[in-house]
This record gives sequence, structure tokens and C-alpha cells, in this order.
Amino acid sequence: MSDEKDNLPAVSAGDEPNGQVQLAEPIPDPGIEPHEHRITDIDPLAADRVERQVSTMFTLAGLLALGSCVAYFAIPRDATIEFGPLTGNANNMTLGLTVGLALFLIGAGAIQWAKKLMVDNEISEERHDAGSSPEQRADIIQGFQQGVEESGFTRRKMIRRSLIGAMGLLGLPAIVFLRDLGPLPGRSLYNTIWAKGIRVVNDVTLRPIKPSDLVVGQLVNAAPANLAPIEEESPVEYQNAKAKAAVIVVRIAPDQIRPKAGRENWGVDGILCYSKICTHVGCPISLYEQTTHHVLCPCHQSTFDLADGAKVIFGPAARPLPQLPLAVDAEGYLIAQNGFDEPVGASFWERG
Amino acid sequence: MSEKRLSLSPARFLSARRRHRSAGLVVLLFGLLAVGSAYAAFAPDNAEADNSAQSQQIEEGRKLFAVGCASCHGLNAEGGGNGEGKMAGPSLIGVGAAAVDFQVGTGRMPAMQPNAQIPQKPKAYSQAEIEALAAYVASLAPGPAVPAEESYDISKVTDEQITRGGELFRTNCTACHNFAGKGGALPNGRYAPSLMGVDPKHIYEAMLTGPQQMPVFSDQVLQPEDKRDIIAYVTALQEQKDPGGFGLGRLGPVSEGLWGWLVGIGLLVGVAVWIGAKGVRAKGAKAE
Amino acid sequence: MATKEFPPPVKWVDDRLGIGKIGKKNLRKVFPDHWSFMLGEIALYSFIILILTGIFLTFWFRPSMADVEYQGSYSLLKGLHMSEAYASTLDISFDVRGGLLMRQIHHWAAVLFIAAMMVHLLRIFFTGAFRKPRELNWVIGFTMLFLGIIEGFIGYGLPDDLLSGTGLRITQGMIQASPVIGSYLTFFIFGGEFPGDDMVSRFFTVHVLLIPGLILALVTAHLFLVVYHKHTQYPGPACACKNVVGYPLMPVYMAKAGGFFFVVFGITALMGALMQINPVWLYGPYNPAEVTAGSQPDWYMGWLEGSVRIMPGFESHFWGVTLSWNLLIPALIVPPLFVTVVALYPFIEGWITGDKREHHLLDRPRNMPTRTGIGAAFITFYGLLWIGGGNDVVATHFGISLNHVTWFLRFAVFIGPVLAFWITRRIAISLQRADNDRLLHGLESGIIVRLPHGEYIEKHTPISKYEAYALTARDRTLPLEIGPETDENGVAAPRRGLTKIRAALSRFYFADSVQKPTSEEIEEAHAHGDHEDHAHAEELDDAARDQITKH
Repeated sequence: MSDEKDNLPAVSAGDEPNGQVQLAEPIPDPGIEPHEHRITDIDPLAADRVERQVSTMFTLAGLLALGSCVAYFAIPRDATIEFGPLTGNANNMTLGLTVGLALFLIGAGAIQWAKKLMVDNEISEERHDAGSSPEQRADIIQGFQQGVEESGFTRRKMIRRSLIGAMGLLGLPAIVFLRDLGPLPGRSLYNTIWAKGIRVVNDVTLRPIKPSDLVVGQLVNAAPANLAPIEEESPVEYQNAKAKAAVIVVRIAPDQIRPKAGRENWGVDGILCYSKICTHVGCPISLYEQTTHHVLCPCHQSTFDLADGAKVIFGPAARPLPQLPLAVDAEGYLIAQNGFDEPVGASFWERG
Repeated sequence: MSEKRLSLSPARFLSARRRHRSAGLVVLLFGLLAVGSAYAAFAPDNAEADNSAQSQQIEEGRKLFAVGCASCHGLNAEGGGNGEGKMAGPSLIGVGAAAVDFQVGTGRMPAMQPNAQIPQKPKAYSQAEIEALAAYVASLAPGPAVPAEESYDISKVTDEQITRGGELFRTNCTACHNFAGKGGALPNGRYAPSLMGVDPKHIYEAMLTGPQQMPVFSDQVLQPEDKRDIIAYVTALQEQKDPGGFGLGRLGPVSEGLWGWLVGIGLLVGVAVWIGAKGVRAKGAKAE
Repeated sequence: MATKEFPPPVKWVDDRLGIGKIGKKNLRKVFPDHWSFMLGEIALYSFIILILTGIFLTFWFRPSMADVEYQGSYSLLKGLHMSEAYASTLDISFDVRGGLLMRQIHHWAAVLFIAAMMVHLLRIFFTGAFRKPRELNWVIGFTMLFLGIIEGFIGYGLPDDLLSGTGLRITQGMIQASPVIGSYLTFFIFGGEFPGDDMVSRFFTVHVLLIPGLILALVTAHLFLVVYHKHTQYPGPACACKNVVGYPLMPVYMAKAGGFFFVVFGITALMGALMQINPVWLYGPYNPAEVTAGSQPDWYMGWLEGSVRIMPGFESHFWGVTLSWNLLIPALIVPPLFVTVVALYPFIEGWITGDKREHHLLDRPRNMPTRTGIGAAFITFYGLLWIGGGNDVVATHFGISLNHVTWFLRFAVFIGPVLAFWITRRIAISLQRADNDRLLHGLESGIIVRLPHGEYIEKHTPISKYEAYALTARDRTLPLEIGPETDENGVAAPRRGLTKIRAALSRFYFADSVQKPTSEEIEEAHAHGDHEDHAHAEELDDAARDQITKH
């Protein structure tokens, strides 16, 4: 393939369009530069000084390692350190500083030893071709062919075909046996626990809300009243239900609202309720700007106009937030007229 | 005036001097005295002794308002801006004393220049002046009052209340103000400011009045004890020393990644350069 | 004093394992010396640190989403309901001595692991070290980078805190929106609806067993290939294609590389001691109705985050199905495409150049201007998406409108890489010209000579022969020649269209590159220079002598 002396093959114009034209090096190889000594090579006192330096580093490292073990027990668990802007748990920080410095010093010492004291003459080593030589190739091809002959693999078609078929089919159980990783989605993505008559309650405090409690420009992070009781029975079901049922309630001046057709009675005196789950990929939204009545999702900055049916006005979301129709019950508290009329949250293929 | 014998009838006494050159002055003074006394006699009886002080405060506030606020908010706080390039301030009728106390107390108002958002700056008015302005604006229409001190007094909160405050904070506040109250971005150049170093009273008032883009969290929904718990949590966040070392701004993975690259890769590449460096050579000493 | 026998313990091992057969050649194996060769080591050592600290953490971490009430020492969360995973992470941080330190070292090591792999990848790319016979090693290395990113993402999702949980919610939403199989896939991965209670335990297995095992196997193969092929080296005196010049493994590299391991570990430990990272107690336990402003993934996922943020909201609804372009393009089409092009780059460049030789000498980036320009374009594309991932932080810190930042990036990701390519290529070409100048004319010495007839010339000092050799020890690459349409018998050349494309790409790669001078050109330049200097020097002497004799 390539010549030892000149590592650049000659021009080849024929079967292998190579695209490279090699000419002789314009300048001959001058060989390795003459070796220059370091101070430590010629001055034994300097060398001894470096030796002391390196062994000091190693000794210090050992002492620090011991120190870290002492600190582990000596420093109380909840003590804190404060050096101006640097604060920290004293135990953790001391352990980290001692062990970290110890490790660093060992490394620095070893490197200093190599750089200053170890012999640093550059030496050259020959490379070999990555590929095997023609003789090696011929040899192994012969051995392989002999092996195939002796097995009868190529001659006996039935064995070959049935073996390949079986190995292929054995891949299937590997996939099928994972079926019980999870249930089929069914209708779960379409439903939430909101239903007719469920009260709207403030998240965390769980208090129901009257329209008179709300002021124009107000935002309430809310949830359905039937959510909290689920936590007692099944914390998992609680989280799963919350991930779809969380809503935001806002009060906007009625003259600024442009309700979608058919949704004129979904609000109560300018009080509107929308799903809190972003229709992009499901982050909860509650960055509400009261003057513009836009709500911004902090994950990817999708922006929705809540006075205009929560339609998307910026960002990667593609669909408006689903709206929950509100009403007032006999005692004057806000309730849902119905559940959501569409799936909440991120899109999925069969959503339609 | 020459001495004259007093006539028996005061009316004759007066009418005899009706063309005296100070007669007009006397009539005027008499008239004022009469009207003033009549008013005092017929005016409604106000029970509080400090009523006059309050009305004086409102009056003072009105004067301060006219000088410092009316150019944007209108002479009667009805809202400003005639579309001719003047900075427009919203109507302040009904915003309540709490809003004024917050806006002027944090230095946001008076606004210095038009911007996407008015930033916090050093206060321009003394506390007494702020109270006067607040009284004036409150007198225009009912609105949220400055909260009583016990509403935002966190000296006696328990650990459970602080924990609950954290839950409320993460549900209602972190979406704009970030998990450590360091603030965040809003659309079109606006932002939610950092909560660090903010007076508890101002935090309460901000939740109550919803300044600029911030929504309102009324006392009926987020009740005073809820607000107090949130303030306690925010204060606890502020007082907490970062246990892991430099907090790197408590901004999350963005600053962590930045510092990781700068400090970590920077130092390590530096060490690699040191390892590979040829090193100082002894001058003039060559190999044989 | 050379001994001929092993000391007894070594002999015991040698009798059973034949370790002596490794040979002096391997013990004294030569490695070339350059700082840029140590970047891969940073990654390797970070991986070891991750395993060591990771094992520590597994002794206390509980990979379970069972609901517990926190009763540990962090009072701001006391009494709250949370998963065992989160509670055990709080315990490690506050109630296990050294626990917070280990968590932080582990996380910083992860940050450095991926950063080092990336910097190492860039070095390999810009110096052409991926060419034959090292294409496989490039693919192995790239796979490790990819696995490392997934490993990191899953890793910081294990504590089930608000920030990482939000990230997992985003991932779930993206998987759900995948065409046809999306909803099924997310139900299988998360064991049902999100968040469910299977997530942490399943990811734990992947994070602690599957991916580390894969990376361990791959890194072994990677290192074996480096040893087998021997390390590449920069062209220089005595460094030819067929040798490697440097220092022996024992003792120099054992000390330098071993020392570097301790330095990397030490610096990572110091970072873990002094710089707080991932303060999960501030984020709070994961709650699907809570979110924080500034929700970003760790830095190495930033480009994907940015890609999703700047994409406009396109979605198609037809035949009862929803096709979410707003997720498909930035998450399922563009990143895999980008990643595939980078992974297959050695083969792409190999096809374009038609170069089938082994390469052991590295390119200086300036000598392959097109490749360097492509690298700059890739970096620009990646970097702009990265900035997009933090667009809200950029907006607040520089006082710019969030929307303006996003709009700017929407156009910049197309224009920026093209600009970067063009500018970088021109810079590389001008550096090549500067090199040639040095070769032909030497360095400007700053000595100005005035000739008697009034001309000013600047004397040039020639560069040393070692430097001159280093500047010329590279290939002279010319674009591909297509060859004739038909051969002498009138048979048309096969796959003509493909060959034409290949030749065009080859021209794109090499046509503008400045070639090194031929030996004739160098001779001529030196002669001219010498002649000039010599002649002028003579003139000066003559002129001076005239002056002297006149007086």
C-alpha cells in the first residue's frame, strides 16, 4: 500500500479515483530536535529541591486524608461555615476540601515528578499497519473455508434456513414479554375527574370559592373538590388525577372577554376557568399577566390569551387551553357545569 | 376720631359712621365672622378628635399627588395619557392605600421613564408622605387597605406553618418568581422581580393588590394566614445559608452549566496544558 | 542493576497468567505529548468518579415512589408528603455525613463527563483524527456521548424533585405526541398515566446497571483501539506517518496520566465541596400542578430544549388523527438528523475525498478549511439552540424581550451556521497563506534597512528547519478528477451521476485550500531572499567603503 520512506503514494489515475496528488516533501525531515536539558538534569541541587517539593506534596496529601477522617467525626453535623459569600455545611465542606486537596496534591506531585525529574528524552516507535498482512489474510481465509466445509453449512440448505428462521423468531419473545410494562391507554387520556356539580376549590387550602371572593385581575390556582379525598386511598391515583385536573381561575373585566361561539355562559361575571396543563407537553401554567390577560408557560414560553378562548398567541403550543364551564351552586360557590369537552394536556395521535 | 357721646342705639352708632373709610372693612370682618359662626353652629358634629388631622393628611396627599403623580395619573387620579406621547398611568380610583404604599414604598413610583416594566428603585418620598398619598388615593374610592402589622408578622410562625407556606409558594408563586424567589421572565421584556430583601409588608401588599402584571390574590381566597405563611417561607429562603457552597445565584441548571464549564473544564484544560508543556529548559545546556 | 528473575510474588502471577508476555514493547509503549490529547482522559476519569460516588449514593438512595411523610432534619419540608426517592435524597443531603458532598461530586462529575466528551469530540473532529483506521472509534465515542447524555438526564430525574419531574413531564408529553404509537409508548414506559409510581424504579435500573454497563464495554473497546492503532500525533520533525514519537508509558505516562486522574478527581471533589449544584430541597417534591420559572434541563440537554422552544406551533389534524409538527420537527426529526450526520461524518468525508490510506498524522485545522468551517457551523447551530434553551434567563439577565430573543433565534439557526462556515473558512485560508508566507519569506525581523538609492526594505529572518518541516508535513490535497465519460472502448463510466456529485463535493472541500509550496518555489524564494540580502549587504559595504575612502 504505502512505501516506508515516502508515506504518500504516487498519483493514481485509473480505477480508484483518489483525488489526491502527492509530490515529494518540499523540505527533508531534519530529525528529532536536539534534546535540551532541564535545570534538574544538570544541577543536582535543583533536582533535590524538586524532590523535596514532590514529597512535600505527597506527605501533605496523606495528612489531609487523615484530617478528613478526623473531621468526619469531629465536626458536628449541622454546623455551618460562612466566609463572606461562601456558605456551607461545615462537615461536608471540610470533608470535600481535605479529600479534594489530598487527591489534587497526589496528582500534582506525580505530574511534577514526571515533568522535572523523570528522563524526558523523546523516543520513536514504529507503527504497524492496522489491517492484517496478505499472508495472514490468506491463512485465515483458508482456515475459515475449511471450517465451513467441515460443518456442511453451505451444503445443507435445510439446516441453514431453519436455523436462521429460528434465531430470528427468538427475538420476538424479547419484545412480547414486556407487554405488562403498562396498561393500554384506553380512555384515560380523554377523561379527568371533573364532572357536573363538582366545586372548584383553591389548591393547597382546599377552600371553595364564591364569585364575590374574586377581584378583576385575580388568579386562583384551583383543583376539583373531589381530588383531595383520593390522596387518602391512593397517593398514586391522586398524583395522576391532579396531573390532568389542575385548573386556573381568573377574573377578567367582562367587556374585555371575547367568548368563543357556544361558550358565552361558560364564565360567571367575567370569571373564567381553564385547564392548567399546557397543551404543548403538559407543564402546569400559571404565569398570568393581569393587564394583558396572557398566561405564559415557563417551560417553552407558549403564551395563551385567556380573554380570547385561551388561544395561542406565541410559542410552540398548537392548541388553546381547554376551558371548564363554570356555574354557581345553591350556596353560591363556583362549580363545574360539566367536565372538559376535550382531552387536556399534550396532543396524541388518536386525539383527532 | 373725636370723642362723641355714645348714642343709645348701636344701629344709630353704626349708621352714623356708615361712610367712615374703614366702614367697609368692618362690614367685611363682621360678615366673615357671621358666616363662620353660622357654619360652625350648623355643621355636622364629627366625633373623632383626629378628623381634622386625617383630612389634613388627605389634603397633603392631594397636594403631593398633584405635583408628583398627576402628570401620568391625571389630576383626579382618573388615569392619564392623552395619546400625545405622554406616559400613561392607569386610573388609581379604587386601588386602595395598599397599592400606593407598595408602589411608592418600593420606589417603583414615581416612574422615571417609559419601559416595558417599572423597576424598583430607591424611595422618593418619606414614610409620612407615602401615608399621605395613600390616604388621598384611599379617599377616592374603597380599595384594599394597608395590612395591619399582625397580618405579616412572622415572628411567631411554627415550622408547620412555614412548610405550608412553602406549598402555597410553589403552587402560586414559583411559576413567575422561581423556586428560590429569584424572579423570572415574562413576555415582551417584562419580568417577575426577585423577592429577596423585600419587606414582609410589601410582599403582603403585592399579593393583595397585584402590581403591574402580577395577578391579585385576594384575602378571601388566599387568606391573611396563608399570606403570612408564604411570607414566612420566603423569609426562611432568604435567611437560609446554602449548605452546598456557593449558591451560584440559585437560578438552576443554566448557571450550574456555565460555572461547570468555566471552572471545571477551564481548570482541567489548564492542568492539561501544564502537563503537556515542554517546561523551562536550562539555558545553553545542550545534549552531547 | 538488571535482574533476570521476577520477584517471587510477580513470578507467582506470571506462572499462571503469563503477564511477562505483554513484553517490554508494551510496558515502554510510546505516547505523544500534547495537552489536547488529554481531553478524552478527563472524560474517562470523570466516568470512574461517577461510578465510585454513584456506588456510595446507592447505599442510601431508595428508588421508590411510595408515599412517605418527611421527618428528617430539613425543617422547611417537614411533614410534607413526598416519594421515598425524594425523602431519601433529602436524607443523603442532610442526615448522612458526607452525603451532600458525594451528591455534588457526582453531579459535577456528570457535568464534566459530558463536557469533556464534547471537547474531546471537537478536538478529534478538527484534527481529522477520525480518518481511517479510526472511524469505528469515532462511532464508539459518539455513542458514549449519546449514552452519557441520556444517563445524566435519567440520573437527575431519580430524586423526583419539582425541576426534574417537570423535565420528565415534558419528555412524557413529547413521547405521547409521537405518531401512531405515542400514547402506547408512554403508558408502557411510565407504567400507566403520568406520573404513576414506576418511573423512578425503572429509571434506576437503567441508570445504575444498563447504561453504565454499556458505557464500560464501549470505553474498553475505545481504549483498546487507541492502544492498537497507537495514538495519532501532530506533524513535526521526526514525526512521520509510520512512527509515533513521544515518551514511554512507564514511567512517564503512568505518572502523567495517573497524576491527571488524581487531579481530575481532586478538582471535581473541590467543586463538590465549594459549589452547590442541584439543591433539590429548594425545588420541593414533584407536584404535577407546580412549576418554577426558569425550568431548564441540565446544560447538555439545553440544545434539545432550545430546539423545542423556538419551534412555532404547527400541528395538522386530518382523518381523525393529530400530527404534532411542533414536537416532531424539533424533537424527533432535526436532532436525530444532526446526530446521525455527526456520527457518520468520517464515512461522509471519506467518500468525498476518496482517501483510502491510513492516517496517523493530525491535520492542523487551518489546513482543512472546509472541514473546519463545517465544524464551526455545527458548533454555531448547537450553540444557538443552547441559547434558545435558556431564552428566559437570557431575557431577564440582559433586559431583552423574551419574544425578541425567540424570534431572533428562529432565523439565526439558519443564517448563523452559514455565516460561521464562511467566516471560519476564510480565516483558515488566510492562516494558510500566512503560513506559506513564513515558509517562503521567513519572519519579519523588524530591522529596516535603507539602501543607498533610497529604498527601504525589511529584513526577514528565516524560520528554523524544524518549524519549516512542521509547516510542510501535510498532504497536498486536490479535488477529485472525474475521469473521461467513456473509456477507450466506448463503455460509459458507471454511476456517473454519483461521481459528479462526489467530484463537486470534493471541489467544495479542497478547491480553495491553499497548497503548500513546492520545493522549487521554496528554493526560488530563498535564493531571491538571500540574493537580495546578500546583494544589498554588498552594496552597503561598498557604499560605506566609498564614504570612508572619500574622506
